Order: sequence, then structure tokens, then C-alpha cells
Amino acid sequence: MKAKVDPDAIYARSEDIVAREIEGELIIVPLVSGIGDMEDELFTLNETGRAIWEKLDGKKSLKDVAEELFAEFEASPGEIETDVIGLVGELLKRRMLLEVSV
Amino acid sequence: MIMEKNPYSAKLRVDEASLWKDKTPLLVALDMELTERCNNNCIHCYINLPANDPKTRERELSTDEIKGILQEAASLGCLTVRFTGGEPLLREDFEDLYVFARTLGLRVILFTNATLITPELTRLFARIPPLKSMEITIYGIKESSYESVTRVSGSFEAAWRGIHLLLEKKVPFVVKGVLLPPNRGEMEEFESWASTIPWMDRPPSYSMFFDLRCRRDSQEKNRLIKRLRLSAEEACEFFARRLEEYLREMREFCLKFTRPPEENLFSCGAGVGGGCVDAYGNFQPCILLRHPDTVYDLKKGCLKDALTTFFPKIRQMKAEGPDYLARCARCFLKGLCEQCPARSWMEHGTLDTPVDYLCEIAHAQARYLGLLEEEEVSWEINDWRGRITAFTGKEPIYQGRKQATKRAALERPA
Repeated sequence: MKAKVDPDAIYARSEDIVAREIEGELIIVPLVSGIGDMEDELFTLNETGRAIWEKLDGKKSLKDVAEELFAEFEASPGEIETDVIGLVGELLKRRMLLEVSV
Repeated sequence: MIMEKNPYSAKLRVDEASLWKDKTPLLVALDMELTERCNNNCIHCYINLPANDPKTRERELSTDEIKGILQEAASLGCLTVRFTGGEPLLREDFEDLYVFARTLGLRVILFTNATLITPELTRLFARIPPLKSMEITIYGIKESSYESVTRVSGSFEAAWRGIHLLLEKKVPFVVKGVLLPPNRGEMEEFESWASTIPWMDRPPSYSMFFDLRCRRDSQEKNRLIKRLRLSAEEACEFFARRLEEYLREMREFCLKFTRPPEENLFSCGAGVGGGCVDAYGNFQPCILLRHPDTVYDLKKGCLKDALTTFFPKIRQMKAEGPDYLARCARCFLKGLCEQCPARSWMEHGTLDTPVDYLCEIAHAQARYLGLLEEEEVSWEINDWRGRITAFTGKEPIYQGRKQATKRAALERPA
């Protein structure tokens, strides 16, 4: 079950994880318990996920993030919105992002 | 950009050795000996110094120096740091170092005797998990055997209390054994208990070919250690306990690694993608190799320089010792034998002297496996490929350093 994602909301990277770039790969290392199911679980994002991740700075709403991505990549607004909401849903479920109240 | 469909994120539950494919970071994993001091006084130990030795404590790296090394390690791509010792929990700043390492995104393996595990520590490990199983050495399953090894009264109870605290908080750990005269009769009982630990997915490994004192500091202790070693026959008996598995592993191993090393000293992965920082800031190519010519002083340099400049030069070193050149360099059992520059250092204080004890064990195994006849010595066998083929049913294909590097990054003696 995916977490509810609000396109008008602002999301920030959780302090419960450490995101590291190693040899061009973005590796997400859980810091606190309950993020990975297994004791040695690490996570990585694909190219799309990473492009979105880099814009999730805790300042922009998801709509703004999608707009910026639309200006940078050749994809339709609908496709981009679907990707942004899809990734944010996944990461919320894994407690890697949190909604920032404004 | 092609926008891909879900999933956007993927779990990685693979070990570092297979994580990076062809773009391995400069540093994959790092061992850090936080101290050489230990609260036990084990009869077989190559490193332990007294727990309250103020002079040793003074010489150890400071908290900030260790943090600086961890920071550089993370910047070089390191994913896993192993805190070992001595007993690493003797450091008063252990919690600070642990949290610091985890905040850098490092996974932590803690090597401990578990006697200093406290409720506060288990709460910390439960809240901020190490992401790798802790490794605990068990010296005996009974108080009498345990304390005959540790020579510290109360250590058995303290270790068991620590283990129960970890179980209670579900902090993952695995246990390892040490085969010593006081506990040799307990293997079955030990393994039966070990199998009840939720994170043990295989029987425990054992330490049995004990190294002499790593600082070459006590002839008396060395004599004791030599007396505690398994004989070559006992070693073969031990290996044959799980005969099928042993034969399968040996066939695979012989196919990949067995061949004469010639004059090259390093056929392992020492100093490639990893190494060990000792308690005083010396970066060693592996956890055992402390020969002064092979260690890099991190107080005068950095991990990157050691890994890109110093260790590659060390790895080019050639053997010069006449005995080594006559025997080890021509020995096709190199893959079965634990002889290496580190073992030579531990035994003789040199890099290239044959360790007779290891040679005897390798020969006994080779005879057991049918690779050698009773009176033969391996360095006189010219048709060694034929022997391997007869044993494995296949032609040997040497896979050398790449495989050895993976093993070296993930293994260390108990």
C-alpha cells in the first residue's frame, strides 16, 4: 500500500537516512531501525528516481518539482507527475522522506 | 530522459564485493583496531594488552583522529567499517565513534567478546542498528572452559549477560569458536547452542591456527601459543567432520587458486580496496601485516595516498628468502596453505620465511585429499596441474587476485 502523496505539499529527505554518492551511484543507508526489513539492507535509486530525489529539498512543493523536471527533461507533464508521485509514495512508505509543514 | 515506471528505488542486499561491478571504490571496507587492550587475557591471543595499561591508552588515536579517518574512509566510498581490537568496547568513546560512523552512512561490524555489552549499548544498537551482524567469539560453553581460556574470573557470566541483552533487544550477532584444549570436547554442545541464535545461518567458524604475538613482545606467550595449536592430523580430522562440504569447497578452491606463486609475495587482496588501521594510526595492508616496511603512518599522510601510492608498491615486493624461493615459490599448494607475508611476519618477523606449521597442515590436507603421496613434498611436483585435474575432474583455472580481493575484504581471523 502506497502512502498518500499531496502534489501541493513539500517533502524533505528524512534525517533517519544517510544518502551517499559512491562511484556515481546514489546509495541510501538507513540510520535508524525500521527502514530496511533486513539488517544489512541498503537502497539505491534509478535514474528517474535520482533526478527527482535531487530536487526534494524541503522547500519546493511537488508541483514545483514536477515543473522543474518538465523544463529539464523530454517527457510529458503527466508522465513526470506520475513519476514524482510514484517515487515520493515509495520513499514515504520507507520513511526516507517526510512531509514538511509550511 | 526516458521516464521509467516503478519501482524507482531498489533494495540492495548484496555485499560490497558484488555491489560495484566494474567501478569499485578505492576503499570498500576498513578494519579499525580501536585498541590493543583487552579485559580478557586469552591464552592464545596474538594482540591483547592489559585493559588498564595507561601507557598504551596514551599512545592510542584520539577520538578526533579516529573520526578524521572514518570521514576520509566514507569520502573514498567505504561502506563498512569493522571495529575490532583488543576489545573495542574498552574505549570510553566507543558510543561516540559508533554513532559518528553510522551518521557517515557506514555500516559497522563490531568484533567483541560481549562482556562489556550494557543495556544502554543494546538500546543504542536497537535504535541505530549497525546494519551488519556483530561478531562474538565464544571461548567455551561452560564457565570452567571459558575462563580457562580468558583467565579472567567472571568473564563467562559477563559474556552471557551481554549475549542475553543482545537477544532481548534483537540486535543481530553471530558467534565464532576458538578450538583450544579446554573447549575441544564441547564443539557439539557449542554448535547446538549456536544454531538457536536467530542470525546464525551456518555453523560457526573456528579459529585454530593461532598466530604468534603480533608485536613480537613475548617469547613466553609465543611458546604457549605454539603448544595450543592443533596438530596437522587434528586439523584434518576437524575438516573431515563435514566431509562432503569440505571436499566440495576444496575442489572449487583448488580449481581457482592452486598454483605456484613464484617469487611474488602478494597473491591475496591485501591493500586493495581495504586495509586495517591499528590503534596508533598505522595503516596496514591487512589485519595481520605489521612489518614496518609495509605499514603507512596516517599521522603523516592519508588513506588515499596509502591506497594509491604506498600499497601498490608494497604489492610489487618479491620474495628473496632462499627457503621461501626453494619451497613456497614452487609450491602448488599455495591455495591450500595459509603462508603469506603476514603469517611470515607473525611467525618469524620477516615477509618471506616459510611457516613450517602452516606447511605441515597444507601437506597433511593435500595427502588427505589425494593431491600428494605420503613421502612427497609439493614443491617437487612438476605435474601439479595433473594432480588438480585428477582431484577436481577439471582443468585448473587460476582466478587470482580478483577473487582473493573479495575474500580478503570480507574475512579476518577470529
